[in-house]
Amino acid sequence: MKGFSMGSLSLSRPLLMGALLSAGAALGLSDDARAEADRDPIRVGILHSLSGTMAISESTLKDEMLMLIEQQNERGGLLGRQLEPVVVDPASDWPLFAEQARDLLSGDDRVDVIFGNWTSASRKAVLPVVEELNGLLFYPVQYEGEESSDNIFYTGAAPNQQAIPAVEYLREQGVERWALVGTDYVYPRTTNKILEAWLKDQGVSDDDIMVNYTPFGHSDWQSIVSSIASFGGQGKKTAVISTINGDANVPFYRELANQGISASDIPVMAFSVGEQELTGIDTAPLVGHMAAWNYFMSVDSDANFDFIDSWLAYKGDDSAVTNDPMEAHYIGFNMWVEAVKKAGTPEVDAVRDAIIGVTVPNLSGGSSAMMPNHHITKPVMIGEIQNDGQFSVVWQTPSNIAGDAWSDYLPDSRNLISDWRAPLHCGRLNVASMTCEDGEPAVSQ
Amino acid sequence: MSRRAIRDLWRAGVVLVLVMLALPGVVHAGDQISDEQARTLLEGLDASGFEAKGEAVERIASSQATQRERWLQALLEGRLARERRGEHFYIITDDAGREWPIIDAITLEDAGTGSRRTINTITINNTLRTRIEGALAAMSLTAGDVSARLAAARALLGTLDEASAPGVEDTLADEEDPAVREQLETALALYRVQQGDVAALETLRGHLDTRVRNALVPLAEGDGELAGEARRVLAGIERKREWHQRVQTLFFGLSAGSILVLAAIGLAITFGVMGVINMAHGELIMLGAYSAWWLQQLLPGQPGLALLLAIPFGFLVAAAFGIAIERSVIRFLKGRPLETLLATFGVSLILQQLVRTVFSPLNRAVAAPEWLRGSWQVTEALSISYSRLAVLIFCLVVFAALWAVMRFTRLGLEVRAVTQNRDMARAMGVRAARVDMLTFGLGAGVAGLAGVALSQITNVGPNLGQNYIVDSFLVVVFGGVGNLWGTLVAGMTLGVLNQVLQPWVGAVLAKIVVLVGVILFIQKRPQGLFPPRGRVS
Amino acid sequence: MSQVRTVSSGTGSVRRSMGHLSDRTTTFTCAVLMMAAVLVVGLNLLPSDHALHVGDATVSLLGKYCCYMLLALAVDLIWGYLGILSLGHGAFFALGGYAMGLYLNAQGANVDGWQAWLGHFPLAMLAVVLAPGLLALVFGWLAFRSRVTGVYFSIITQAMTFALMLAFNRNEMGVGGSTGLTRFRELLGMPLNSHAMTVALFVASLMAVLLAFVVCRMITTSRLGRVCIATRDAEARTRFLGYRVEHVKLAVFVVSAVMAGIAGALYVPQVGIINPGSFAPLFSIEVVVWVALGGRATLFGALIGALVVNWLKTVLTTEMPDAWLFILGGLFVVVTMALPQGIAGLAASLRRNRGGSAHE
Repeated sequence: MKGFSMGSLSLSRPLLMGALLSAGAALGLSDDARAEADRDPIRVGILHSLSGTMAISESTLKDEMLMLIEQQNERGGLLGRQLEPVVVDPASDWPLFAEQARDLLSGDDRVDVIFGNWTSASRKAVLPVVEELNGLLFYPVQYEGEESSDNIFYTGAAPNQQAIPAVEYLREQGVERWALVGTDYVYPRTTNKILEAWLKDQGVSDDDIMVNYTPFGHSDWQSIVSSIASFGGQGKKTAVISTINGDANVPFYRELANQGISASDIPVMAFSVGEQELTGIDTAPLVGHMAAWNYFMSVDSDANFDFIDSWLAYKGDDSAVTNDPMEAHYIGFNMWVEAVKKAGTPEVDAVRDAIIGVTVPNLSGGSSAMMPNHHITKPVMIGEIQNDGQFSVVWQTPSNIAGDAWSDYLPDSRNLISDWRAPLHCGRLNVASMTCEDGEPAVSQ
Repeated sequence: MSRRAIRDLWRAGVVLVLVMLALPGVVHAGDQISDEQARTLLEGLDASGFEAKGEAVERIASSQATQRERWLQALLEGRLARERRGEHFYIITDDAGREWPIIDAITLEDAGTGSRRTINTITINNTLRTRIEGALAAMSLTAGDVSARLAAARALLGTLDEASAPGVEDTLADEEDPAVREQLETALALYRVQQGDVAALETLRGHLDTRVRNALVPLAEGDGELAGEARRVLAGIERKREWHQRVQTLFFGLSAGSILVLAAIGLAITFGVMGVINMAHGELIMLGAYSAWWLQQLLPGQPGLALLLAIPFGFLVAAAFGIAIERSVIRFLKGRPLETLLATFGVSLILQQLVRTVFSPLNRAVAAPEWLRGSWQVTEALSISYSRLAVLIFCLVVFAALWAVMRFTRLGLEVRAVTQNRDMARAMGVRAARVDMLTFGLGAGVAGLAGVALSQITNVGPNLGQNYIVDSFLVVVFGGVGNLWGTLVAGMTLGVLNQVLQPWVGAVLAKIVVLVGVILFIQKRPQGLFPPRGRVS
Repeated sequence: MSQVRTVSSGTGSVRRSMGHLSDRTTTFTCAVLMMAAVLVVGLNLLPSDHALHVGDATVSLLGKYCCYMLLALAVDLIWGYLGILSLGHGAFFALGGYAMGLYLNAQGANVDGWQAWLGHFPLAMLAVVLAPGLLALVFGWLAFRSRVTGVYFSIITQAMTFALMLAFNRNEMGVGGSTGLTRFRELLGMPLNSHAMTVALFVASLMAVLLAFVVCRMITTSRLGRVCIATRDAEARTRFLGYRVEHVKLAVFVVSAVMAGIAGALYVPQVGIINPGSFAPLFSIEVVVWVALGGRATLFGALIGALVVNWLKTVLTTEMPDAWLFILGGLFVVVTMALPQGIAGLAASLRRNRGGSAHE
C-alpha cells in the first residue's frame, strides 16, 4: 500500500529533479554551478492548493515560489547547493494539507522548509504536524492573529498591520458609521471583534456599527447591499469594512455597482481584495473603493519594478499581476535564504535561531525584519481601486509596523506576547503574571 | 478633509453648475497660454498632499489652457504622469502591459513609450476625484442638457442655505422641465420646512428620498405644530417605504429564484426526464460562462454584441460537450442510471481540471455591457438592477422555449414517448438512441445558456459549476422529478423564501432554514411539488 | 424506472455468490485484514534504516484509509443491500468526528457548559454513537415513514449534510467555526503524536473495519439481510408479504450511520483535525464513488474502492499535482464503462472464469 507509494516516490523524485536540472542547464547554468549541484540539493516544500476552491488564490503563489527558487539557483544556489522545489497539491482539503505536510516532513527525503497555506483553517490543520515533526512553515497571508508557533513564520499582516490602520484612516476621512461585512469564518470574526472593540474605545456607539456574515462563496448580495445602502442613508458618512473572502467578492462588487453605490457614497475598505481578485471584475464602476495591504503592485520602487518584470517574464503574460501575499513570500523566501547563510546550514533549529533579526529589502522600497514573535515589520498602505484594476496608494504609514501576534484589543489576549528567543522561548507569555501559557490550547473563537 | 468640507465642495460645484446654466452661451475664449505657464499648472498637480493637488485642479479648471480638459480627464483615469528624472509631463494612452505609449501632455505630440521605471503617474483619492468630476462637469456642460440639470438639482436636496436658496428660486422660475422643477421644489420645500414653514411640509408628503426622511427626523422630535405635522408626514413616508421594500424583496427573491431555475432547468431535462444523475451539469454551466468570456476576448470593445452572440454559442458549446459525453459514456450505461453518477463525476473532475489547465485557475473577467449596467430607479426607494431584470426575463424566455420544445415539437413528443415506455416507443419507430442523444444535448445546451447568464452575476472560474450543483438537484427534486413546471415553481419559491428570510436571520441561517424546510416538505409530499402522474416507472 | 430491472439483474450474481462462496469471502477478507495488521505493525518495529521499515507517517496514513474503508462499508450496507443511496453519509462521519474532537479538546482545557461533559471518555464514546445514531433515527423515521424513496431520498440526505455544514460553519455553534477543531494533544492520557499511540490507533481502526465487516456479513446473510434485498428489489411486494419495510430500513440505516460515526471518531485523532469540510456534499458523493468503483453490494468491494481511490489520491497529489484530477476522473469513467460490477466484479468474474463456468 504505502510501500508502493514509497517505491514510486523514490523512483520519480530523482526523475523530477533531473528534469529540473536539465531545465536549469537550458537556462544557461554555468558548469561550476552544475558541479556544485551534484551535492545534495536543499529541498523546499511548496504546499499550495492547485485544485479545488482555493486554487484561484494559491496556484499563483506556487508559480512565484518556483520562480524565486529558479532565480536563487541561477545565482548559484544556497551554500553551494541547489534548491529543489517539491510541489504537492493539497486540493483545498484541510485534512489533506495535514497529510501532505506530514509526508513532506518525514522520511529521509524530508524538506528543509515549507512555504504554503492560505486559509486559516488549513494553517491550523498543518500547525500540529509542523510542530510535531519540527518543520519550518512560512505563511504568507494576512490573518487574524491570536496564534504563535515556534515552527511558523507569519509573513502576512497581523490585524494591527492592516485592519486598525485602515479604520484609523477612514475615521480621519470623516466616517462615522461602520458596516462590518464578512464571510463567516475565523479571520473576519476575529478581525471584526478587534475592530468593534477598537471603535468603541474611540467612542463609536453600538447603533453606528452593523455586522453581517455570509457563507463561503455567497453569490446573492441583493438584500445585504440594499440593507447597507439604507444603513448608510441615515445622514452620517458610512463606510463598509469588508472581510469578504475571495470568491464572494465578485458578486458583491457587482451588486454594489448595480445598486449604484459608488465610493463617494459609501466607500468599501477591503482586507481580502487585491490585484488578483480584481482581475475577475470590471473595475470601472468600483473606482475609489479601497483596500488595505502592505504592498500594492503600483508601489513605486525599483525593487518592485524588478520583481514585476521578472514575474511577467516568468509567466510569459504581460497582463499577469502581483499582490500582497506574493510580496510576503518574496520577503519570507529571502529571509530564509539569509538565515540559512547566517546559520551555514538549512537545519531547522539553526535557521530558526538565526532568522530572528534578519532584515531583507521588501518591495516597497524599505526593508522588513523578522521579529522575535515570528511576525515581520511592514509598512501599511491604503490603495484606491483604479480603472485598470490596479490600486493607487493614497496613504501610507510613515514607518514600518511590527506584527502583533496577540491583539491588545481582545480581553483574552490583552496581556499576552510572544517571544521565541532564549531564554523566554514562549509563544503565549502573560506579561501580567509573567507565566508562559504555551501548554493551553488555542482560544476557541 | 472633514465631512463638512466635502459637502461644501459639493455645494460649491453644484452652485457653479447652476451659474453656468443661467449663463448659456458663455464661451471661454482667451489667449493661448504659454508652454511655461502650462508646465507651472501641471507642476501644481505633482504636490505631495491631496489638498494641494485639489487647489491645482481648480487652478487648471479656471485657466485658459486649451488642454485642461484632456489633463483633468487623464488625471481622473490615472493616466497623467511625470517623467521621473526630468521636467516632462505625459498622458498615457494605453496602460496595458509593461511599455505604455505616451504623448506629451503640453504639446500633445507622440512621445514614444514609457514604463513604470521612467514615468510616475500622479495619484488621486476619492475626495480629489469628486472635485475633478465637478470641475469637468462644469466645463463640459451644455445648457440644454436635461439630465445634467436633473443631477445637479437632485444633488441640491438638503444642502440649501440662506445664501443659495434665492439663487435656486430664480433657477426654478426659469426652469421648464417638469422633473427638474419637481426636484428643485422639493429641495426648496425642505429648506423652508427647516426654517419652520409648516405649509411646505405638504410638498414633502410621501417623498421617498432618504435625505428628506433624515432631515425630518430631528424636526419630528419635540412639540409644536411643525413637529406634529412632521411626525405625520414621516409616518406616511415610512409606511410607503415599507411597501416599496416589500416589492423590492419580492423582486430580489424572484431574481435569486430565476438563477436557481436557470441552473436547474437543464438538469430537469437530463436528470428529471432522462434519469441520468449528471454530476457534470455544473461544469456544463461553467463551459457556457467561459464561452461568453471567450467571445468577449474575440470581440474586444463590444461586450454587448459578444454577450448576445454568446447565447447561441454557449448553447452550442455546452450541447456539443453534452452530446460528446452522451455518445462516449452515458450511452453505454443505459439502464444503469446510478452508475451515471460515478462516470459523470469523473467527467466533471476532468472538465474542471481541463479549464484550469487551458485557461488558468484564476477567475476571468466578463464585462457587463453598457445596457446591463446600473439600475432602473422606479421610485426613490425601489430600484431594479438591469442585469438582474435581464436574467429574470432570460430565465422565463428559456423556460418558455424549452416548454414549447417539449410540448409542441416532434422531438418533445419522442422524448416523452421514450421516457414513458422505451420499448413501446421503439416499436413505434422512434429511434430511441438518437432521441437520447438529442435530449441530453438539449439539457446540456440549456446548462450552457445558464452559464452565459451567470457570467453577468458571479465569478467565471473553474469552480463556477460546483457552487450550483447541490442547489440544482435540490430544485429539481423539490419541484418533482420530470416536471418542468415543478422546477420553475420550486426555484422561484426557494429564491423568494431565501430573500424574505435573509433580513431577519442573516444569510447563513436563511439558507439552513430553507434546506430544512425542503427536507420536511419532502416528508409531506415524497414526490415533490408536482408528483409525476400515473405510472412512470 | 428501469432502475429496478438493473438492480435485480445485478442481484442475480450477488445471490449466486452469496450461497457457498460467502463464507469463503468472509474468511479471506478477514484473513487479509489480520495479516495487514500484523505486517504493518511488524514492519513498523523494524529499525528505521531497514529497507522494509514502515514509518509512523505511513502507519497513520494507513489508519486514515481504514477509517475511510469503514465509512465506505457503511454506505455499501444501505446502498448495496437496501437500495438506499445516501448522498449525506459524510454528515454521520463528521458528527462522530466532532464528538471525538470535542472530547480531545476538552482534555484539560478550559471549555465550558455542555462541552465539558464530553471531556469524560465514556460520555464521549456514547456521543460518538448517539449523535449520528439519533440523527439517523429521526431523519430515517421521518423519511421512511412517509415512503420517501429513490432520488428524493438521496437529495434530501444531501440537503441534510449541506445544512449541517452551514450550521457547523457558524461560529455561534461554539465548535470552532470553519476552522473546526484541531491542536489535539492527548487521548486517554497518552500523547497523540507518540509512536505507541499511532500504532494503537491504526490497529484500532483496522479492528473496527474487521468487526464492521463481520457485522455487515452477519446482517446481509441473515434473514434480515434477505428481507433487505427483497426490499431493495421489490419494495411493494415485500410490504404486501407482511414485512414492516420501514422498520427494516430504519434499523439498517441507523446501524450504518453509527458505523460512519465510529469511522469519524477514529479518523479525527489520526488526522488531527475535524472541520465542516467533512459535511460537504462533495465528500459524501466521493464516498459513494469509492463504493461504486470497488463494486456495490459486495462489502469487500467497498473496502477495495475506498483504499484504491484514497491511496491514488495520496500518491497522485504529491507526484503529479497538475494532472491528478485527469487521472482520477478518467479512472472513474473507465471503471464504470469497463467494469460494471466494479473492481470486486472483476475479481468475481476472473474467479468464475477460472472455475470454468461461462460468464453471463
